[in-house]
Amino acid sequence: MTVDPILEARALSKRFGAVVAAANINVAIENDSVVGLIGANGAGKTTFVNMITGYLKPDSGTVSFEGRDITALLPREVTRIGICRSFQIPQLYNSLTVRENLGIALGIVLRNSRTFLWARLPKRVPGHAGTLPEAAATMLERFGLTDHGDRLAGVLPEGIRKLLDIAMALVVKPKVLLLDEPTSGISSDEKFDIMDRVMRAVRADGVTVLFIEHDMDIVSRYAQRVMAFYEGRILADGLAAAVLADKEVRRYVIGGPQVRADEQAENADA
Amino acid sequence: MRELLAVVIDGAIYASWLFVVAIGLTLIYGVMKILNMAHGSLYALGAYAAASLGGAWLAGGHSPYASYAILVLAALIVGLIAGPLLERGLLRFMYGKDEIVLLLVTYAVFLILEDVIKLIWGVDPYFIAQPYGMLGNLDFAGLTYPVYSFVLIAVAIFTGIGVAWVLQRTRPGKLLLVVIHDREVSLAMGINVSLFYLATFTAGAMLAAIGGALTAPTVSVVPGMGVEVIVLAFAVVVIGGLGSLPGAALGALIVGLVRSAAVHYLPQVELFSIYLVMALVLVVRPKGLFAGFEARKI
Amino acid sequence: MNARDRTLVTLVAALVALLALGALLPPWQFLATVALAKGCAVLGLMLLLRTGLVSFGQGLYFCLGAYSAGSLGQFFGVTDALVLLTVGSLVAAVVAVVLGFLLANYRSIFFAMLSLALSMILYGLLVKSEALGSTDGFNVTPPTLAGSAISGHDGRFSLYALACVVAFAAALSLDRYFHTPLGRLAAAIRDNELRVEYMGASVRQAIHVKYVIACSLAGLGGALTGLTVGHIDPEMAYWTTSGEFVFVAILAGTGSVAAPFLGSVLFEIVRSVAYQHSPNTWQLALGTAMLLVIMFLPNGLWSMFATRGKAA
Repeated sequence: MTVDPILEARALSKRFGAVVAAANINVAIENDSVVGLIGANGAGKTTFVNMITGYLKPDSGTVSFEGRDITALLPREVTRIGICRSFQIPQLYNSLTVRENLGIALGIVLRNSRTFLWARLPKRVPGHAGTLPEAAATMLERFGLTDHGDRLAGVLPEGIRKLLDIAMALVVKPKVLLLDEPTSGISSDEKFDIMDRVMRAVRADGVTVLFIEHDMDIVSRYAQRVMAFYEGRILADGLAAAVLADKEVRRYVIGGPQVRADEQAENADA
Repeated sequence: MRELLAVVIDGAIYASWLFVVAIGLTLIYGVMKILNMAHGSLYALGAYAAASLGGAWLAGGHSPYASYAILVLAALIVGLIAGPLLERGLLRFMYGKDEIVLLLVTYAVFLILEDVIKLIWGVDPYFIAQPYGMLGNLDFAGLTYPVYSFVLIAVAIFTGIGVAWVLQRTRPGKLLLVVIHDREVSLAMGINVSLFYLATFTAGAMLAAIGGALTAPTVSVVPGMGVEVIVLAFAVVVIGGLGSLPGAALGALIVGLVRSAAVHYLPQVELFSIYLVMALVLVVRPKGLFAGFEARKI
Repeated sequence: MNARDRTLVTLVAALVALLALGALLPPWQFLATVALAKGCAVLGLMLLLRTGLVSFGQGLYFCLGAYSAGSLGQFFGVTDALVLLTVGSLVAAVVAVVLGFLLANYRSIFFAMLSLALSMILYGLLVKSEALGSTDGFNVTPPTLAGSAISGHDGRFSLYALACVVAFAAALSLDRYFHTPLGRLAAAIRDNELRVEYMGASVRQAIHVKYVIACSLAGLGGALTGLTVGHIDPEMAYWTTSGEFVFVAILAGTGSVAAPFLGSVLFEIVRSVAYQHSPNTWQLALGTAMLLVIMFLPNGLWSMFATRGKAA
């Protein structure tokens, strides 16, 4: 049984002068899956996400969503068709409260749902249960942000900012969610807590998730499938356990103590 | 044909004046990223100082030929006082704020300086026509021009070459280029960025004042003379590219020629044409015709 | 909505107070009318400020509003104040729609500089236009309202009352606007344009709409000023006029829709007093006040009165 991939990239390429950010990337993402993207800094993971969401135009290649070519779409159009992303550095409205941040996002959904310029705004926010204030309260609760509701986004601790950033991406009720380093900048003890919260809130709706991560514990725990990037190419692409154990991936991506441990094991055998 | 020649020469004269006036503005923006709305007031200060000092010099019976040096000296003094006062006393507390906030700060300074001028010199006009009239006129090709205008052209060329030389051949100049490219790296390298900011702003103030000082003999020095100059200088600098020295020269030339052509052929559009060009350039190339001193960061 | 009701109450109270003050103190009327008219322009500027944009060219629309109203009266004999005010705003709106396509692509100092250049273009055109009186401008035919004259001794209170009502309506409308999803986008755009785009909204379109609203208000203010003062000239498009609006907007802050009017009235009072007693230092005072506000009260003087929390 072959199911059409919900998101597909074909021959995606991008260079910035002499720097190759993406070289002939071919990827097919299945619906309702969780994929981890790993790779050293500069390997091309964020560039990949930027190209999918329309922030960057690839030099060549295409991106398609549910069979439709979306390569030329702008970020706001990509969002409207159902692909959302969170940011490595949380992109929030710092002078507004957490509740207001979500309110802005919900307001945009409300406005976009209106067919005519003069049509009245629907009372209920599409995709949510209730009016704007109710939907905001529900989202706050789902992400455990209710206590922070009336604090300004600019003064929150990093973990909360990250959660808010992701929550805002989910306001649109996307079909695909791209998370850019969701646990970076967060202390080790909080990482799993936050990732748990996010995945629980998301997976219940059958959302396809792609997340970029450097923490291999997070990757192995949450990803079904892993893609390893290296210098703009995909080094390995397959089931999480297999990719994380792959020699080349360990050498070029995971690196460090792992590689030394591998070499020691090799030398011990020899 | 003579008409065309007149347009070109008029244009060149006006362009020289614009260049001297605008070069300080673009220098300050290029280094400090401040679009200085008080630039016109510094110009006016230069004019008033020149009128006062020059007037006193001539009244004292001294050599009228040295009065030119006195004019410039007056401008330099004004720049040396106003520059550090503004930079150390006010602007340095604002670094790091949004460009638009700095613009508003300099706008406030402009308001203040306009009144400071009135308080020091009063509201009656000043005149110092002697350095202008003394040189007489030059006749050629059926056209008559005051020699003073050609002095202005010479000053513009000299100033342009001078500033370019300082920036590219001297050590402080090269260090300034480093500061322009990346302030933080310069700090990390141990360059005294503070001192460079002070020096640059002072230099910009002196240049603005020189523009005013050299204009003083050709007009009546009155309050508010800096108000129109600000927008003209903006137009020049924006057309050429904020922070670009060759851009300021090109911008001055373009504005000078456009205005000259307008005055000769279609006087109704004289004022309108300058700002139209500015608007057009902003539309087509918001950064100006030259990219400026900024390094390209990918 | 608690905040909304509070604003409505404040505005109604202000309207009543103003009308009473005008009835009791006739000399107050002229100054206040001009202040309220200019306040409309500042109100528009406040909308732009909340969106993170500073326009140094609102004088363009202020002048357009005044000249349209004036021309309609002078050359076509239309004197009804409501018609003239409407025409003034409409002309400004139409021009803003066109120029907005251009300006919505710029930010920060480029937006400021381009708006300044555009206003100076109008200035340049008007100064050389013989038909419109060049630098002298021309007089505005005394306006009427529902047939009866509203200028001169007898009608002055009516004109003043009209200005009060117009200001009230403008302030209230804008306040309601700030509570709509598009209105709320202003602060979001100021804080983080990238996020707004990624949320599915067009920043450019939103800015365009806000620009048109702001410029219509400036046009309204210009028309009203022209009717009140009885004379219009190209100076209204000169950059220093726009600078005045910016000054009042900064001083008043973005805290409330009433702030621009309060600031404008304060400004006119200070200006007339200063002109009489110390004409050579009032700009110095203005500049100093502005510096103090920028350094210590970034949200303007209004923030001194606002309750803890943020802009309504």
